[in-house]
Amino acid sequence: MSTFLGLPGLRRRDDDHARDDAAAPFGPVPHPDEPLRWGPAFPAAARRTLRDEQLRRNLGHATRTIRAKRAAVVDEVPDWEALRDAGSAVKEQVMANLPALLARLEENVAARGGTVHWARDAAEANAIVTEIARAKGADEVVKVKSMATQEIGLNEHLADHGIAAIETDLAELIVQLADDMPSHILVPAIHRNRTEIRDIFRQRMADAPADLSDVPRELAMAARAHLRRKFLTAKVAVSGANFGVADTGTLAVVESEGNGRMCLTLPETLVTVMGIEKLIPTYTDLEVFAQLLPRSSTGERMNPYTSLWTGVTPGDGPQEFHLILLDNGRTDVLADEVGRSALHCIRCSACLNVCPVYERVGGHAYGSVYPGPIGAILTPQLTASTGGLSGADDVNASLPYASTLCGACYDVCPVKIDIPSILVDLRAREVDADRGRAVDPWRAAMKAASWVMSDGDRFGLAGRAATLGHVLGGRDGVIAKAPPPASAWTRDRDLPAPPRQTFRQWMAEHESSAGTTGTDTHETDGGGR
Amino acid sequence: MRIALAATCIADTLFPGAPRATVRLLERLGHEVVFPRAQACCGQMHVNTGYVAEAVPVIRNHVTTFAPVADGEWDAVVVPSGSCTGSIRHQQAMVCRRAGLDDLAATADAVAARTYELSELLVDVLGVTDVGAWFPHRVTYHPTCHSLRMLGVGDRPERLLRAVEGIDLVELPGAESCCGFGGTFALKNADTSAAMLADKTAAVRSTGAEVVTAGDMSCLLHIGGGLSRQRSGVGTLHLAEVLASTRDEPTPLPRVRSGAGAGTVEVTR
Amino acid sequence: MSAREDVLQRVRAALGETGVGTTPAGRVGVAPAPVVVPRAYRVAGADAPGSAAVVEQLVDRLVDYRAHVHHVTDAELPAVVARLLDDLTSRDEDGNGAAGAEGSAAAAPAGATVVVPPGLDPAWLRDLDPAAVRHDSPDAPLTATALDETSAVLTAARVACSETGTIVLDAGPDQGRRAITLVTDVHLCVVRTDQVVQTVPEMIRLLAAHPERPQTWISGPSATSDIELDRVEGVHGPRTLHVLVLAAVAAAVPGA
Repeated sequence: MSTFLGLPGLRRRDDDHARDDAAAPFGPVPHPDEPLRWGPAFPAAARRTLRDEQLRRNLGHATRTIRAKRAAVVDEVPDWEALRDAGSAVKEQVMANLPALLARLEENVAARGGTVHWARDAAEANAIVTEIARAKGADEVVKVKSMATQEIGLNEHLADHGIAAIETDLAELIVQLADDMPSHILVPAIHRNRTEIRDIFRQRMADAPADLSDVPRELAMAARAHLRRKFLTAKVAVSGANFGVADTGTLAVVESEGNGRMCLTLPETLVTVMGIEKLIPTYTDLEVFAQLLPRSSTGERMNPYTSLWTGVTPGDGPQEFHLILLDNGRTDVLADEVGRSALHCIRCSACLNVCPVYERVGGHAYGSVYPGPIGAILTPQLTASTGGLSGADDVNASLPYASTLCGACYDVCPVKIDIPSILVDLRAREVDADRGRAVDPWRAAMKAASWVMSDGDRFGLAGRAATLGHVLGGRDGVIAKAPPPASAWTRDRDLPAPPRQTFRQWMAEHESSAGTTGTDTHETDGGGR
Repeated sequence: MRIALAATCIADTLFPGAPRATVRLLERLGHEVVFPRAQACCGQMHVNTGYVAEAVPVIRNHVTTFAPVADGEWDAVVVPSGSCTGSIRHQQAMVCRRAGLDDLAATADAVAARTYELSELLVDVLGVTDVGAWFPHRVTYHPTCHSLRMLGVGDRPERLLRAVEGIDLVELPGAESCCGFGGTFALKNADTSAAMLADKTAAVRSTGAEVVTAGDMSCLLHIGGGLSRQRSGVGTLHLAEVLASTRDEPTPLPRVRSGAGAGTVEVTR
Repeated sequence: MSAREDVLQRVRAALGETGVGTTPAGRVGVAPAPVVVPRAYRVAGADAPGSAAVVEQLVDRLVDYRAHVHHVTDAELPAVVARLLDDLTSRDEDGNGAAGAEGSAAAAPAGATVVVPPGLDPAWLRDLDPAAVRHDSPDAPLTATALDETSAVLTAARVACSETGTIVLDAGPDQGRRAITLVTDVHLCVVRTDQVVQTVPEMIRLLAAHPERPQTWISGPSATSDIELDRVEGVHGPRTLHVLVLAAVAAAVPGA
C-alpha cells in the first residue's frame, strides 16, 4: 500500500509485531483483535524492542524533553501537593458514589438534548457507534484522539463495516498512516523521529508535497492541509472525554492542535465514548483537574484548547449528541480494593515519561494501548475476566513485573496513584492464581528461601555454607558465568564470589573481643567490588 | 545509645563489609551496637515478587527479633539499606494485616517507628553530619530509588559525604534514574535490566570516580556487577564503608577487575 | 437486563453491595471508606482581578505562547482592529506555501474580511469597510466553507486567567458561535482588563454560573508537540492570535 486509501486500520492477523527494518522505516504493525492484549509476554516483547537503537534514541530524546518541561511548570505552582491531594480525594469520592453520579450525569445530558447509551464491553460500544454512523449515511467519521476508542478497537470495527475513521490528531494520523500501533498515551508517535515521519507522509499521505522536508513545522502544515477538507465536510465526529461533570452533564475535551475543536464543533452529529470512571462530581471540581492535567501531561501551564459542552446547544455545534458510557472491564478494576485506584487515572502520561523501563523498551512492548506504569496496572485488571492475572496462561500477567518498583511514577502522578504498591499487589494475585500449577521453579525457590530466611540459625548455617563458594571467585573474586537461573544475571554482569566470612561470623568474634573495636583485617569482600 | 543492627540478608551473606563498617562507625561515635542473632531477612524479596504467603514467616521472624526496641530494650534499630528500611516501614504491617495477624501488625508498626536507615539515624537521631571520616578518593554517589523516593532521605547521604575529609565528591549524571536492579526484575526482565544498567554504568564511568557509593548493597551488587564485567576499574563501596574510613583505619579501595579492554567493553543488548 | 441496568449492578457489586450479582470476573468488592476532599489549595490569587499585576502576568503568558498582544483604550481599539486587518492583505502569515494548498484566506484576493458575532460593540467596527465585515449568528450562521474563506474573526471574551494565560469564550452574544473562532485563520480577541483573574479556581467559579454554555478555553494559538516533542504553533485552529487588552474604564464586574 503506497498511498492512503481511505480505509485505515484494517486488521492483519499476524503474530509478528516487530518493525521490519529491511523495509520502509515503518509498519505495518498488525492491528490486534484485542487492543488490550497483543504480542508476546513483556520480557520477550521488550527483548525485541530493545534491539531497535533508533527507537531507544527517539524515546530517550522525547522523554528527557518532556520530563524537563513538566518539572519546570510543576515547580512554579506553590500549592501543587494540595492540588494532588484534592484530585486524589475527588476521584476516590467519585468511585465511592459511582452509581448515583452516573445516573446524575445521564439525567443531565438527556435534559440538555443528548442521548445516553451504555455499553458493557467493546463489542457493544462499537455496535452503537457503527449504528449511529450508518443512520447518518456516513462512510467516513472524523475522530478526536481518544484512548477509550483505541481500547475498544473502534477504527478497525468501523473499517470492517465499510466506514473510514479518520484520526485527526497529528500523532494519531502518523500512526494511522504508518499502519502502526500507538506507543504512548499522549504522544502516540513518540517512537518516531522527524525523518521517519517525513517518509511516512511522503509515501502514504495522498496530498503530501513531493518536496516535503523533515522540519516539524512543515510536517504539521502538511497535516493541516490534508485534514482541512475532512473537517469542513464530515457529518459525524467521534471523541473521547477527559471529564464528565455529573452535576451539570458537561463534557470536557482537553487538546492542543484544534483538531478536537474542529470535530466537536463542525459536524452535525457527535458521538462521545467515555469510560464510566471519567466522572467528576461538580463543575467546580474542574478547578483542580484543569491545573493538574496540562502541567503533568504536556508540561504546559495550560493546553492550547479545552472544549466544554453540555448536550446540544441550539444553533451552535452538533445538533445531535450521543454519549456512550463504557464499562469494558472497569467494574472488575473497581472491585479490587487495592487496584481500584488505577481508575483515578486522568491519562496524563506523566508516569510513562519518568519510567526508566518505558524509556528503554517503548510502548509496544506492553502489548496494550495502555503502556508504561499505568498500563502495567490497568491492562491486566481490565482484562481480568478474560485471564489478565491468571498466571502463566496470559501474556498480560507479565505486566505487573515490568517494573523495578523505583517509584518515579508515584512521585509524578497528579492524582497520587500508588502504582508501585498496586504492582506488588497484582504480583501477589498472579502468584496466587498460579499456585495450582504442578511445576514452578520460582515457587519452589521462594518456598525454600522462606524457610531459610525465617530463622536466624538456619540463615546463619546457609550463609556459612555459602562461604565455601569463596573459592569460586578465583583470583578476581568474581563469578563470570553461572548456571541457570543465575545465568540471566551473569550474561551482562559479574557476580561476586561469597566472602571468606559472613557478617555474623565476624560479629561473633567482634563481640567476644568485648570492648575492643575488634580485629578488622579490612579484607575486601570479593569480586565485583 | 544502644542501637540494634539489622544487617540485611544480602550484606550478611555477600557483603559483610557494609554492616562491619556500620558497627565500626557507630562505635567510633560512642554508641553500643547490638546484633540480635535471630535476625535473617525483612521479607522484601518475597513481598515484591508476589509470594506474600511465603513472606509472612520471614516478616514474623524479623518483627519478633526486633520487638524489644518497642519496649525500650534498644534506642533504635539501624538498617544499612534504603530498600529494607522501606519494606519494614511500608510493607511488613500491611502483609501481617492481610494475613489476619493484627497483633503482629501492631508490633511491626511499633518496630518500624524506631527503625532508621543509616543516613537517617546519623543525621536525624544522632544529629551528626561530620562523622570524622577521611577518604581521599574521587567518589560519586548513586541515590537508590527506595532511599530517595520511598523513604525520602533527601540530601542526607550527600551531606554526610561532603563532610568527609579529603573526599572528591563528583556529581553523577542522571543520578535519580533507576539502575535496573529491581530485585527479581534483574532475572525476570534481564534484557531491560541490562539496558538500564548500561546507562547507569556509563554515567558512573563518565565521572572519572574511583568508587561509586550508595546506601543499598543490592543496587551496588548490580552496578558493581556491570562495572566489573566491563573491567571499568571502578569499584563499589557502601556509604557506611566510606563513612567508617579514618586516617587510623582507612577503608581500602575495593579490588576491581580492570585493564583488558577497559573503557571499550559495552554492555548493551 | 438492559446494558444500563447491568453496568450499574456491576458497579454496585464492585462497591460491595450484595444481592446484585458480581462483576464480569466474578468479584464482589469491598465498600470504600467515606472520603472528605481536602481543599487546601489556593482559591484566589494574591493579586486582585483586573490589577496591573495580573494583566502583566497574562501578557507575559500570552507572549510566551507566541500570541500577539496589543494594549488599547476604547478610543484606540477601532483603529487597531482596522490596522491588523489591513496587515493581513499585505502579508501572508505563513511563508511556507502550505496556505495556498488549503485554498483558505491567504489565497483570497483584494481586502481582508472579518467575521463578527451579533452582540459585538458596533464601535469596534467603526474604522472598517462595511463590505469587509461578515455577520454571523446562531439564527443566520455562515457555512464552514464561508468561514474558511474569511480572513479573520473579531470577538470579545468572557474571562481570562493570568497564571495560565487562558482566555475563555462561552458563546455569549459578543463571542458568537464556536465555529467562527475556529475555522478562520486569524483571531482578534478583545479582553478587558477587569475580566482578568489570577488563578484557575477564580476563573472556574466565575464560569460555574453558566456551565451549560459551550466553552472554549484558549491558551495561545493551536500547537502540537507530536514530532519529537518539538512545539509547533498553529495546526488546525487559528494560526495567529491577536489579543487586544482593553483598559477598562468603569470598574465593571466580570461576568455581570
